[in-house]
Amino acid sequence: MQQDHLLTAKQLSRADIEAVLERAAEFDGDPDAARERHAGELLALCFFEPSTRTKMSFETAAKRLGAGVVDMGSVDDSSVKKGESLADTARVVEGYADGIVLRHPRQGSAKLASEHVDVPVVNAGDGAGHHPSQTLLDLYTIREHAGLDDLSIGIVGDLKYGRTVHSLAHALTNFDARQHFVSPESLRLPRSVRYDLHEAGAQVREHEDLEAVLPNVDVLYVTRIQRERFPDDDEYEAVAGEYRLTPELLAEHASDDLAVMHPLPRVDEIAPEVDDTEYATYFEQAHNGVPVRMALLDSLL
Amino acid sequence: MTETELRVSKIQNGTVLDHLTAGEALHVLAMLGIDGSGGETVSLGMNVPSDRLGRKDVVKVEGRELSDSEAEVLSLIAPEATVNIVRDYDVVEKRRVERPEEVSGVLTCPNSECITNAGEPADPTFAVLDDGVRCEYCGEIVRDDITAHLGDGPQSV
Repeated sequence: MQQDHLLTAKQLSRADIEAVLERAAEFDGDPDAARERHAGELLALCFFEPSTRTKMSFETAAKRLGAGVVDMGSVDDSSVKKGESLADTARVVEGYADGIVLRHPRQGSAKLASEHVDVPVVNAGDGAGHHPSQTLLDLYTIREHAGLDDLSIGIVGDLKYGRTVHSLAHALTNFDARQHFVSPESLRLPRSVRYDLHEAGAQVREHEDLEAVLPNVDVLYVTRIQRERFPDDDEYEAVAGEYRLTPELLAEHASDDLAVMHPLPRVDEIAPEVDDTEYATYFEQAHNGVPVRMALLDSLL
Repeated sequence: MTETELRVSKIQNGTVLDHLTAGEALHVLAMLGIDGSGGETVSLGMNVPSDRLGRKDVVKVEGRELSDSEAEVLSLIAPEATVNIVRDYDVVEKRRVERPEEVSGVLTCPNSECITNAGEPADPTFAVLDDGVRCEYCGEIVRDDITAHLGDGPQSV
């Protein structure tokens, strides 16, 4: 990847994506082969918002490459609590590590941090903005199950605040993909993403009815309605539980080889009974975070 | 003598901003950071009849020559504007404004969740689109009422 940082999926070309996915497949096939590739290097994890999968998979990926990890810990235990700016935090951490993985509640935070340091910055989620490393593992999973060209994908749920959705939508413009967006009116894609998709000439349709979309997609990418992003609880309650995937719904409407994906964590948008069906791809998707993030770190560090 | 010249006196040295979008003169001054505190003599005419625009605003600033970058910023709210540099009562330079590719430090991002609104050392920077501007940090697009998002203090590009 010919980039110093990974800030948004918009910066990724098809060649960039394919290079990371190819490398990820190599690591996936033989994780031990990469064991000493980055020995002696250190990756800093700066998570200003909670994370399980992203943080742990970056840590696992770094260690599988032979690199060490330094973790800022929770915001409550850091100087952020004393009012330190993100720019200052980034500059300090730059002195400790060879790369920074950053999650922060503010949109544009990774770009800001990247402007103040000379080490690579990976955006691991900037509020309701972007989450490009998640997108790379999403693409890896989609490629395994349906291929990235001549793809029909349904993207369901919180399209407004869903950073994984925004990044995935941007990245898919590099491929021959028809994107069906399913959401309540109030959670439709934000204007900025809509603008980019239009500029890229993406094949996009918007829907409110999930059942009508199910028969026509190879992949269904389900997202959680994120309570923490809503300005007030009333707005959240109005749309929570709008879509719920069950084995019955899938059996009635979906094609047999549909892959159901989810960036996790889920709440109630996918019934636990779906886990035991052939549709469920989300745990495999989460596992793919390690080889894909190994490939990403390998290209940046 | 034109109707404009009847209403606004000539200046000896400085800048005449002509063909401003009618009603935008005060916003232009705000965008350029001209609030009178610098001691400049400022004259303005609003809703002046214009052959080209029907109605226009005119601003004359004594003792200050607008830079090219300031003129670019001006284009965001007055795309038809002309900038006249005056020395010793003569117009020595006259040019139309051109839209820049980006502006920095002029506008604030309307997205409250943008990092530029978090007290960080970030200069709000916007890419200039055909029909608006876009925050380079969070991607927020502003199409309507750009002047509502003018920042405080003197601006530069």
